[in-house]
Amino acid sequence: MLLSLAFTLIPKSMYGKIFTGNRVIDPFIGAAVGSIAGGNPVTSYIIGGELRLQGISMLAITAFIVAWVTVGVIQLPAEALMLGKRFAFVRNGISFVTALIISISIVLTLGCI
Amino acid sequence: MMGRIVEKVGASWVFLLLVVVIYVILAIIDFKLIGNALYVFGRLILRILPVLIIVFGIMFLTNLFFEAKSIVRTLGKRSGLRGWVLAIAGGIISSGPIYMWYPLLSDLKERGMKDSLIAAFLYNRAIKIPLIPMMVFYFGLPFTIALSIYMVIFSILNGLVVERLTRGRGR
Repeated sequence: MLLSLAFTLIPKSMYGKIFTGNRVIDPFIGAAVGSIAGGNPVTSYIIGGELRLQGISMLAITAFIVAWVTVGVIQLPAEALMLGKRFAFVRNGISFVTALIISISIVLTLGCI
Repeated sequence: MMGRIVEKVGASWVFLLLVVVIYVILAIIDFKLIGNALYVFGRLILRILPVLIIVFGIMFLTNLFFEAKSIVRTLGKRSGLRGWVLAIAGGIISSGPIYMWYPLLSDLKERGMKDSLIAAFLYNRAIKIPLIPMMVFYFGLPFTIALSIYMVIFSILNGLVVERLTRGRGR
């Protein structure tokens, strides 16, 4: 129910407007937005594709896609309830950091920014 | 007082009640918005229903055929490489939303599954084989291959760090 409400309240067009164009700050924004939004991975690819057309850096887009599927702020209460508070907070926190590390690693590997 | 209510009714019911209250408040402010949210909710339920049946089916079968001892041996502290392979493969193969798998993982955790393997399972849910063509379409083959490899590697690192930070701690 909470997810449905979030899907309704956050329109897809909003994502492109929150990036600054700064290559240091944008990956953090990408990971933060991906963590809050979440949902079906396909949606993150579509939004990521749109962001790419808007000239957003691959660093930010990769951080966004990875955080979208690995971090779940909206699901956090359910995860904490079922798997333990400490586990949920630690796992999501580490997943946020690794989303940033993966985005840097991908860009360094493929040479695309 | 809140603690007493949670203890008496259960945290899950309190959480559900809070969400219902949010819906009611928002319905008073903007009824159309809640109509849309309920429509999305209905579609979501229909979409996850098959996965929900699979999850509860697996839970039923593991409870029926696997004793706690065999789960500890397969996914517990001494599970070794086999445990990692099972968690990674399970995460990749599993379908549907992530939260559908919490009840099964919670059940397996109570029966001895390691935190590191739960974390690796959840991390690898990011790699979905049927969705790979879609990712290739948007970002190209090299990006898709590199991301998939990094995701598997980082799922292990993620699991190891989670295990270390949660070791010996309760819920």
